[in-house]
Amino acid sequence: MAARKSTTSKSKATKAKLSVTKDQMLDWYRDMLLIRRFEEKAGQLYGMGHIAGFCHLYIGQEAVVVGVQGALEEGDQVITGYRDHGHMLAAGMEADGVMAELTGRIGGYSKGKGGSMHMFSREKQFFGGHGIVGAQVPIGAGLAFADKYKENGKISATYFGDGAANQGQVYETFNMAKLWDLPVLFIIENNQYAMGTSVQRASSETHLYKRGISFGIPGEEVDGMDVVAVYEAAKKAADQARSGKGPYILEMKTYRYRGHSMSDPAKYRTRDEVNSYRDHHDPIDMAREKILTAGWADEDTLKGFDKEAKTIAAASADFAQESPEPDPSELWTDVLVEG
Amino acid sequence: MPIEILMPALSPTMEEGTLAKWTVKVGDTVSSGDVIAEIETDKATMEVEAVEEGVVGKLLVEEGEEGVKVNAPIAILLEDGEDESAMEAAPAAAPAAAPDAAPAPASAPVAAPVVEAATGAAVASDPEVPAGTSMVEITVRDALRDAMAEEMRRDDTVFVMGEEVAEYQGAYKVTRELLQEFGDKRVVDTPITEHGFAGLGVGAAFGGLKPVVEFMTFNFAMQAIDHLINSAAKTLYMSGGQMGCPIVFRGPNGAASRVGAQHSQDYSSWYGHVPGLKVVAPYDAADAKGLLKAAIRDPNPVVFLEHELMYGTSFDIPDIEDWIVPIGKAKVRREGSDVTITAHSRMVGFALDAADQLAEQGISAEVIDLRTIRPLDTDTVIESVKKTNRIVCAEEGWGQHGVGAEIASRVVAEAFDYLDAPPARVFQKDVPLPYAANLEALSLPGTEDIVEAVKVVTYTG
Repeated sequence: MAARKSTTSKSKATKAKLSVTKDQMLDWYRDMLLIRRFEEKAGQLYGMGHIAGFCHLYIGQEAVVVGVQGALEEGDQVITGYRDHGHMLAAGMEADGVMAELTGRIGGYSKGKGGSMHMFSREKQFFGGHGIVGAQVPIGAGLAFADKYKENGKISATYFGDGAANQGQVYETFNMAKLWDLPVLFIIENNQYAMGTSVQRASSETHLYKRGISFGIPGEEVDGMDVVAVYEAAKKAADQARSGKGPYILEMKTYRYRGHSMSDPAKYRTRDEVNSYRDHHDPIDMAREKILTAGWADEDTLKGFDKEAKTIAAASADFAQESPEPDPSELWTDVLVEG
Repeated sequence: MPIEILMPALSPTMEEGTLAKWTVKVGDTVSSGDVIAEIETDKATMEVEAVEEGVVGKLLVEEGEEGVKVNAPIAILLEDGEDESAMEAAPAAAPAAAPDAAPAPASAPVAAPVVEAATGAAVASDPEVPAGTSMVEITVRDALRDAMAEEMRRDDTVFVMGEEVAEYQGAYKVTRELLQEFGDKRVVDTPITEHGFAGLGVGAAFGGLKPVVEFMTFNFAMQAIDHLINSAAKTLYMSGGQMGCPIVFRGPNGAASRVGAQHSQDYSSWYGHVPGLKVVAPYDAADAKGLLKAAIRDPNPVVFLEHELMYGTSFDIPDIEDWIVPIGKAKVRREGSDVTITAHSRMVGFALDAADQLAEQGISAEVIDLRTIRPLDTDTVIESVKKTNRIVCAEEGWGQHGVGAEIASRVVAEAFDYLDAPPARVFQKDVPLPYAANLEALSLPGTEDIVEAVKVVTYTG
């Protein structure tokens, strides 16, 4: 059960025959655009003082959640860390509710009591939004434990970053997940920097997909900027987990364009490095090229999608500012389940 | 319509900054994510990125200008197809809100009640024991085991996990024979991995199961405490009420015997500090069984603190089907008129012994078994103090920030006028628990300490 390195290459795959349908591709393109425009709007609102505290933007990493979500089924669970806005939108949560949580208003998914890092939707099977680095990993395996216990055929998509990959509880979880063959996908979003520390400076083994070897968990490196590559890898891994063969590790090589959080000046990397990703590996541009090459849509249609995403993001910003602050009585609710 | 680019805040506390450098000029086309300027504050230099596409129409602030207020317009961006005339036509069409429209701070915080509001509804009383009910003698260990077995029979989402709970039959035999009855799907041996399995248990609870997570001792739960507090206790609140976490964390707590400092600590006050948790610490077999059954049925995370030195002690328990004791209700174990003694877990036994000794000396002590540390049944304690006018708060753990400190504080706040003496406390000496037999005995509080404290508050010493 040695780890395998995929042969996925970057934009060269464009020429190859796509394994996905036109509808899938157009949906993903729109989903990625929505996340991008939403996050840009969130950044703007932060800059204007409407969003406070920590705000970790997902810009640049959109292909990861969108491609993985494409491989999930209704009822599968999703859980992640604090860079979570993209995951929520991909899981089908409303932009309005997410943005209003960022502004701390009653219309937010947590009634304004959670904030950027702590949002949930039982309806969409999104289990947070966790602010302690790595803590979501055993919780995600616990969701998979419940799936297996209930024999419901569902799986848990458990996301964490390259920073969390060095937390001890991740390995405690890997051990139990394989020991009990839990139906869980461990998706490592390797955006190459844990706050300001590069993977090379923090990890003795920088190929994070190999981290499951000693537990017998297969792993694979994936071009996380290519939504099709992400989908294909996630589909294979999800099928395996669903079939009872246990966990799978997918290391998504990706890149965040913005700082770690809004107040991070990002001096630990060069502008050229950021620009090279933006100019040559942008997940949305790559998807756009695939769509145009395949003749699935023209420029105007794609422009229309962008307008649509901007409209949703703008409307969510309006909603998030119009929604009232929580009533002071909310201070005392939701501490315990009563009765 | 032209878009105004506003001076962004780099942090929640930033009010103004210096526009150090423009990296674009009028006429440049920018797309979202392009750097357009650098700004400086006293803390950092940051790049400002465009969030919209367009052509730079006008720079409103000179390079090097200091003291530019957050949210002041710094540039104008023309959208596709617009020219300069658009800037005059529609000047202040700011993208979202005006600078002063930042959300007002929440209205003045409502006065915080001294005690937690979440205790909420009245707590039910102990079940009636009809006259003629027979009593059965049982150890605390078996009472706990029976509680789990009964709840597992009743609800197939209840399962037990922990180290050595299944094949070994429990390190302290509390899970004896559960594996035989319920199988390895529902009685799960874990690796030695407290942090991991506590988190996994929380996830299983979010996923619709009712885990009973056994820590071999609560000393080892220190490795997992993040999941008890940050994951189990806080998530309901942070999710606006969506994410209930019905889980029980249980195991022996407090000083064992001659096992040294790392294996001997009372965590009552640690967990009692945290809103979102319920914390239970029973003394006898009837409470151990009735409260554990209540804990398993509770929709909230419950920390259930047992005592290793009590496992083998036998008590009579009413032979009643489905014996449930409500969480949140203290029990008056002995009525008295001269002094109130509060205690929980094993200390209740010492308090009762002390009351016997005191009775011989003509002092009538009322003994309250707290049973639940959170929510704390202040009412029962206050009622008692109003009658006795004196209180001794006894606990096995350290005194600083302890359970007794909390009770004493509440009594002073709510029954000050009834007190005839300052509240007294009994607790472990303020040192890590020593191994040597004599030092260990000196360190731990017992019957004599309680008797002495009562003499102080009754001025009979």
